[in-house]
Amino acid sequence: MGVVASPSPVASLLFMVTTLASTAGIFVLLEAHFLAAVQIMVYAGAIMVLFLFVIMLLNLGHEYQRDIRGKVAMIIGFAVTGFMGGLLVLQLGSGTAGLETSLGPGDAIDAALLEKGAVGAIAHPLFTDYVVPFELTGILLLVAIVGALVLAKKAS
Amino acid sequence: MARSCLPRRRPDVLAESLVVAGLIFVIGTLGVIVRRNVIIMFLCIELQLNAVNLTFVAFSRYVGIEGQIFVFFVIAVAAAEAAVGLAIIISIFRHYETVNVNNFNLLKW
Repeated sequence: MGVVASPSPVASLLFMVTTLASTAGIFVLLEAHFLAAVQIMVYAGAIMVLFLFVIMLLNLGHEYQRDIRGKVAMIIGFAVTGFMGGLLVLQLGSGTAGLETSLGPGDAIDAALLEKGAVGAIAHPLFTDYVVPFELTGILLLVAIVGALVLAKKAS
Repeated sequence: MARSCLPRRRPDVLAESLVVAGLIFVIGTLGVIVRRNVIIMFLCIELQLNAVNLTFVAFSRYVGIEGQIFVFFVIAVAAAEAAVGLAIIISIFRHYETVNVNNFNLLKW
């Protein structure tokens, strides 16, 4: 909540890092240890530092101008989020009790984790069944690097 | 194997994770709509992606490992998107000297 509410971008960013770290903790509870590590390193480490660099570079750290939108956008925003929250309450309030049992015992992950370990359980299907999307992700990252350089360099 | 000998009492946190993910998503949506600072709008989009990741992981424990693989891809795409978006923000800031979206109307109509 502090991400939205705090006036300073740096404070907002630090709240975001807290949120990401807590999400990594929930990943550990859900037995996704590899993703928890990736979340800490890539998200809370790399991406947030990138945001912090940009905030410092643009020298926004100490201007507390009020940047909440006007009344109409506030009304629209709270209406949309209220609608989404209402749907959420309707969906989750009625039938969460039987959700775990209706989805099966949850042993699908355990067998793979015990057999191959936390990293191997993800890496094996990633490099066999999903190798084409994996390589496409690499190409996407390359394109993003080149595009970011072209966009951010000074016009000569 | 020592690990399999342990009595494994796994906490069932699926419903709680879904509630938390929904809350994070709603907060992110509110931030995108209400705030005017481009960087904070970007942060809120990342927050939404994070909520979706949480949902994927919560269900992947019961359905299969594919959810976690998808989360891996989502993290990679989010990194690429953050890099390109921040580059765009820097180039806009060089031009307009502000990060307030009210002043960007080049692509509006």
